[in-house]
Amino acid sequence: MRLKNKIIGGAITTASALSVVLILAIIIIILVVTIIGGKDKLTWEFLTSFPADGMMKGGIFPAIYGTALLVIVMSIAAVPFGTITAIYLTEYAHEKSWIAQTIRFAVRTLATVPSIIFGLFGLGFFIKFVGVGMDNWFMGGQLRWAQPNLLWGSLTMALLTLPVVIVSVEEAIRTVPRELREASLALGATKWQTIKKVVIPGSISGIMTGTILAVGRGAGEVAPILFTGAAYYLATLPTSVSDQFMNLGYHIYVMSTQSSNVDQTLPIQFATTLVLLMLTFSLNLTAVLIRSRLRRRLK
Amino acid sequence: MKEAKIVTRDLTLHYGLKMALNSINLHIPEKEVTAFIGPSGCGKSTFLRCLNRMNDLIPSVHIKGEILIDGLDIYQKKIDVVNLRKKIGMVFQKSNPFAKSIFENVAYGPKINGISDKKKLTEIVESSLKNAAIWDEVKDRMHDSALGLSGGQQQRLCIARTLAVEPEIILMDEPASALDPISTGKIEELIFELKKKYTIVIVTHNMQQAARVSDHTAFFYLGELIEFGKTRKIFTAPDIKQTEEYITGRFG
Ligand SMILES: Nc1ncnc2c1ncn2[C@@H]1O[C@H](COP(=O)(O)OP(=O)(O)O)[C@@H](O)[C@H]1O
Ligand SMILES: [Mg+2]
Repeated sequence: MRLKNKIIGGAITTASALSVVLILAIIIIILVVTIIGGKDKLTWEFLTSFPADGMMKGGIFPAIYGTALLVIVMSIAAVPFGTITAIYLTEYAHEKSWIAQTIRFAVRTLATVPSIIFGLFGLGFFIKFVGVGMDNWFMGGQLRWAQPNLLWGSLTMALLTLPVVIVSVEEAIRTVPRELREASLALGATKWQTIKKVVIPGSISGIMTGTILAVGRGAGEVAPILFTGAAYYLATLPTSVSDQFMNLGYHIYVMSTQSSNVDQTLPIQFATTLVLLMLTFSLNLTAVLIRSRLRRRLK
Repeated sequence: MKEAKIVTRDLTLHYGLKMALNSINLHIPEKEVTAFIGPSGCGKSTFLRCLNRMNDLIPSVHIKGEILIDGLDIYQKKIDVVNLRKKIGMVFQKSNPFAKSIFENVAYGPKINGISDKKKLTEIVESSLKNAAIWDEVKDRMHDSALGLSGGQQQRLCIARTLAVEPEIILMDEPASALDPISTGKIEELIFELKKKYTIVIVTHNMQQAARVSDHTAFFYLGELIEFGKTRKIFTAPDIKQTEEYITGRFG
């Protein structure tokens, strides 16, 4: 019996070690390949100039700019909404009430839905329903909102990243010690005053982690914005939320599948991939660091 | 005995199905110190937390009976719990300053009461810190984090924070149990000062402390109030054998 346990234990250890090695190897290969392929192209010039010659040359500035706008508008929507939901779930809803359970179920489900489904939902809901409605009501039937743009792309992305925000903020709220809430209430503060002045300030690092994780996720996803806002190529930068935008992930996709000469743009593709990788990687790293500090505070 | 500030009538409390307080009848006199003693788990904290309705936060709690403060039943429907808690301050066993500056900690209560005038706030903070005997130690670092204070200072800061709301009653749940003897001494002196203005109820399982600071002592055992009376009498000639056994250290 003991021998059998030993064998099973050994097998599990070996398997875990192997998968760690495998994952590390994959990450290293990806990094090495993109660095080798893109390092010559990756210059300040490349980061700050527009694509040129039918995107065969030039830089990726509009894609960086568009990605930044996307995650900013997305955060403006997802962070407050996610924070409020997390506050509701932890502070107001009874754990077993049907409404809390429904929200939790929805959040869990949302987190498992393939991202292209969000894209389709965004197209159907934001553009074909809300957008068409807005055009009919406010624009006298003129086409303005019933087409892909920054707003719809960002809101679609916000739906995708909402669970990340909710889960992070909830976790942070639960680390605010009960003693502090009691201190506030004992001084005659209302529940809402306590939340505003003690619970939310005490959860700032969780709200930040959630935001950064959401931004990291939103910066890397392409499917949700495919039909809702991303443009193949734009000669000018977007100036309003009703404009379309370029995007790093979509740019890679376009250049590797739609370009007139895929091989010739390979260095551009690698360099763009490198930018995207570094961006998401550093965002996730920051989030991990903040979170580990938070966990340490818990102990 | 002075007039009763707090009166409980047949106060019974359950956590779910488990009874924690059994039919407690008690008169707590005004502007004196009343100590609750008894072995741990006998219901002292539970009882104290009934007095400012802190137990409302625990969903499994069920309460029967009455608690009258100034003759008013505080568990009546029409009672505004938030206002009630402004009248009844609480100091906790583990000092719990907010992760804010010393000034902001003390100003917290006045601010939620709508005082925003900077000068007025500064006055309140200063006088509260003085009354809590900590002013001299913090007056030069008002805007430093309260978390940088020592344990004893934090606890006196929490008392100052409570005083800033101008309560009538102060509930203290083993306020010195985590402190060194010097800090404990300071807290005890402070209690002595405070009872001139406030009705104080203090839980302690330090017998000498109860004897030193309190005018009246209530002995709890297994959720029952065994004996209540003048501290001197409880500690020298208790009526009930259990009280005597506890006080002389034969159990608990
Ligand atoms: N939140 C709670 N839920 C269930 N039981 C509790 C809770 N708090 C205290 N109790 C129980 O009530 C009894 C009295 O506890 P407490 O009032 O904390 O005692 P004391 O302060 O005298 O040590 C104990 O048996 C304790 O286990
Ligand atoms: Mg206790």
